[in-house]
Amino acid sequence: MAELYRRFGSGLGTLFLALVAVWLAGMVLAPNLMMIDYAFRPNLLPAEIGGPRDVYSLDNILYLANESVHRTIFFKTVWASALVAFLTLVVCYPPAYWLAQRATPNHTAVVLLALTIPFWINEVLRTLAWYILLAFRGPLNAVLLALGIIDQPMRWYGDAGVLAGMVYAYILFMLFPIYNAIESLDRSQIEAARDLGASIWRTHWRVVIPHAKAGIATGCVFTFMLAAGSYVAPALLGAPGSRWFTEIIYNWFFEGGDWNRGAAYALVLLVLCLTVVLVTLRIARVNLTDVAK
Amino acid sequence: MNAADRIARGLFAFYFVAFFVYLFAPLAIMAAATFNTSRFPTITPWQGTTLDWFNQLAADTGMWQSLRTSILVAFFVVAVALPIGTAAALMLTSLHARARSFLYAVMVSPLLTPGVVVGISTLVLWRQLGVGGGIFLIVLAQASFIICYVMLMVAARLQRFDRTQEEAAIGLGASKFMMFRRVMLPFLKPALIAAAFLAVLQSIENYNTTLFVRGFDTPLTVYIATKVRTGLTPAVNALALIMIAVTIIGAIVYEVVRRRSRSSIDV
Repeated sequence: MAELYRRFGSGLGTLFLALVAVWLAGMVLAPNLMMIDYAFRPNLLPAEIGGPRDVYSLDNILYLANESVHRTIFFKTVWASALVAFLTLVVCYPPAYWLAQRATPNHTAVVLLALTIPFWINEVLRTLAWYILLAFRGPLNAVLLALGIIDQPMRWYGDAGVLAGMVYAYILFMLFPIYNAIESLDRSQIEAARDLGASIWRTHWRVVIPHAKAGIATGCVFTFMLAAGSYVAPALLGAPGSRWFTEIIYNWFFEGGDWNRGAAYALVLLVLCLTVVLVTLRIARVNLTDVAK
Repeated sequence: MNAADRIARGLFAFYFVAFFVYLFAPLAIMAAATFNTSRFPTITPWQGTTLDWFNQLAADTGMWQSLRTSILVAFFVVAVALPIGTAAALMLTSLHARARSFLYAVMVSPLLTPGVVVGISTLVLWRQLGVGGGIFLIVLAQASFIICYVMLMVAARLQRFDRTQEEAAIGLGASKFMMFRRVMLPFLKPALIAAAFLAVLQSIENYNTTLFVRGFDTPLTVYIATKVRTGLTPAVNALALIMIAVTIIGAIVYEVVRRRSRSSIDV
């Protein structure tokens, strides 16, 4: 802090300090603390607040543990988000490798710019595009019918639709970290592996993937977090049988009218995501400082 | 090159084509459906070519209202996020290694928080203070994580800042404020412009956070998502087509600014 004041003087130094304090204390810390406070209090009528029943308890969390439908949806969301992360990784690894090691600098520049275009368009529209593509009488069914791959139109909305839409929405969050990681691999290492007789698959498995571990971990962490916290893809592309945990949270706030329970569910989601993030980064030995590049 | 390698290469070429089809086909279909007369947006079957959905879009007052709301929010988000993000980046560069990595972890934590949680925590805090959802809360909730992006971009630029310039300005008798205004801000300008662009796009595209704090205000993303439920027509596709065009232009401008800022460092 002394350095900040030494560099910018007392006026600017204090201003910078105040701005950062407003952000971290007022806009990040205080809201989260209030959410925790809500999560451990019962939902009471205004007259009862501060009364004998207004005590901290684990009731809202236990409610989630005991309510079998919500519990199932919670675990399904965790599992499906992990699946989204894995599928996105599988989809993104080949082009990331190509861009980082095989393409000419000109190709790389053009392809990277092209790749960012769907990313710049907002998530609701990206999801809407899938909503139109996957409609019962939509283009995908029409093409598959015309090719004779299916003889009845398929209902894509539901688990399949949500997965497809989410993988699509998060490609860039996976592709860029992996691309950055593979780019720093010296090509002579790949050539050495080839010269020593390793097949393409073995070269990837033993040389490229270990080198890109940090990038892969970063991409997976972001994708998992975005998928678990997504509302729009399950809302548009889902079916009644494919409800997402965020939809349950939304219902507590705006239909069930129990904000305390909603806050408890949101807290569980937050703890889940932070745990997954920190454990994955620890396993892959990635520093948090390197994540946000 | 043995047979297995040749198969791998063939598969990869096929894969790369499939990857780009996967990336662009949904957007192309959505854009093309704007010109189909069918009431439900689709391209199969093609019932006839029309430009009428653009008229329908122009007549949709709710859409224009929601666009105004989104632009207003984006304006305030930039007004909040640029000064705070810059202050945060300057603070980081004035710290010693250990304190810096701790503060850095705290500062990027909003990026690792699910969007719905950002919205919910803001909503419950301000309800306790008697303030309900609306534009004010949308701005606060969005800014709380958009500041991270600004901070990261300004910090990246600051890493290439030559501190001797700072000392030279002071040594030549400039006040600390003068040094900041005349030396540091001009140096940071490209990063600030790029960060403002990114903040606007992030703000306008946000849905997950906004949904919880919107109150009775309806920004554009919420409006579009509601339309899907209450009666989707290709008028929404017309809007999507326009937004795709605008975002492509925005992306190109952003890229140009970024490249210019990069080349100005190389000099």
